[in-house]
Amino acid sequence: MPHTAIEDLLRELAPQVLGALVRRYGDFDAAEDALQEALLAAATQWPAEGLPDNPRGWLIQVGARRLIDAIRADSARRTRETADAIRDPERLGAAAPDPSDAVIATLEERDDTLTLFFLCCHPALSPASAIALTLRAVGGLSTEEIARAFLLPERTMAQRITRAKKRIAEEDRPFAMPSASNGQRGEWNERLDNVLRVLYLIYTEGHTSGGERLRRGDLSSEAIHLARSLSRALPDNPEVTGLLALLLLTDARRAARTGERGELIPLAEQDRGLWDREMIIEGVRLATASVRSGLIGPYQIQAAIAALHAQALRPEDTDWPRILLLYNALERQAPNPMVTLNRAVATAMVHGPQAGLDLTDTLADSLSANHRLDAVRGHLHEMAGDHEEAVACYTAAARHTTSLPERDYLTIRAARLRRP
Amino acid sequence: MKYMLIKTHSTAAFCDTPIHEWQPEEIQAHIGFQRALGEQLAKSGELVDAQGLADPGQARTVSSDGRSAPVITDGPFPETKEFLAGYWIIDVDSPERAVEIAAQASAAPGPGGKPIGEYIEVRPVMSAPPTEL
Repeated sequence: MPHTAIEDLLRELAPQVLGALVRRYGDFDAAEDALQEALLAAATQWPAEGLPDNPRGWLIQVGARRLIDAIRADSARRTRETADAIRDPERLGAAAPDPSDAVIATLEERDDTLTLFFLCCHPALSPASAIALTLRAVGGLSTEEIARAFLLPERTMAQRITRAKKRIAEEDRPFAMPSASNGQRGEWNERLDNVLRVLYLIYTEGHTSGGERLRRGDLSSEAIHLARSLSRALPDNPEVTGLLALLLLTDARRAARTGERGELIPLAEQDRGLWDREMIIEGVRLATASVRSGLIGPYQIQAAIAALHAQALRPEDTDWPRILLLYNALERQAPNPMVTLNRAVATAMVHGPQAGLDLTDTLADSLSANHRLDAVRGHLHEMAGDHEEAVACYTAAARHTTSLPERDYLTIRAARLRRP
Repeated sequence: MKYMLIKTHSTAAFCDTPIHEWQPEEIQAHIGFQRALGEQLAKSGELVDAQGLADPGQARTVSSDGRSAPVITDGPFPETKEFLAGYWIIDVDSPERAVEIAAQASAAPGPGGKPIGEYIEVRPVMSAPPTEL
């Protein structure tokens, strides 16, 4: 088995192993150390000796032994042992389990990725902490990589992760899986909602970050990678499938979303030939599968909307009446001003710009000084042919946005309309 | 040695027209210039950080005695032109090089593609103490 294949396998298994260790022994920090040692042992032995029959069970077993050793030992000895182990791979070999070990069979039965997601996206954590911890523990990114993605000093990110772990230890130790006892509205669902929200935030952080860079490719890809592992752990959950579909369909437009100089290109003006067909096919398939049992959640509905956009070969082929129906459904389910704003765009596309503008009037209080309201109103005035109003709205939006590429886009848009 | 190159909202030496009144192509050329400058400084290994600040209308001024609720004043403020608009932090070999980069940044293109002569303040960043005082 080539090295890269082993690396990929280890990366996929790492969160499951960490989840299993945390669930059984509760100590996040110690479990992470043990995982690192188990991964190191695997990386040393597997290429030479071949894969064990049950790679995950092998890792859990080695990790568990290490963890028990570590828990028994005092911290000074623990540090020394780790250092020794790194210097002396043969010692790690001695810790490898006997493949016939009976424990492995029982360990194999559950996918602990979900355990780890619930832990990292714990409701006691702020979104920023949950994001950092999820990228680290489930995504397997180094602290340095995470810090770089958020343009933060590494020490700051390391502290954020340490504090997050401490917080969880205080809050939820031993770790308890949320109960599903209250059916649909159970704690389990609330916790899952939080996981979905964190993954969505990781994606949008990579997709539209403030400042110079409009997108940071790595974070978007990382969010999709995480959504895939979650979807493997919960293949039949429509919202999980919906989130994965939504991320794929949004990311499929990545290459078309910005021009050569990094400038924003709106959906209607994108070169649709640049859209990633493979991602769209997978996204549409997942979005369709997720709505089969009805429209039950916001990610599912947003995925359905994204699928309709993705299926239009030209902007004028867009099925706006169906998109409007979906926004109506979304607003009934998760009413908030930003959804209403999107519904206003769909309304304008179906019933004309004035109908859309009338709807945006209802948002004047809830979204005052929000640049998106001004930007949408600018587009709707432009659609209606009222260039003067459109310029005023675009200019106001440019003043209020904190995204540099968006400010540039709005300024140029206004300048184009102002030209006699 | 590190320097901060500071841009304010003041008008430029050779251009009175605010950017939102330029032609779209002129705005695009200006944005392209800023982008290329950033890339050039990153490639030469001199760029530490560069940021643009949001509109002063979004600014808040806060003061506190450390005990009672802080006093928060909203923008906008009367002398908008003195407001920081953005900065570069560069790490260069000489003060001359800092001035050279500032001059390059100042000559950003404006209407008709002509350099606008933006005022760029060059400020040394305080460093660690010398080994012996």
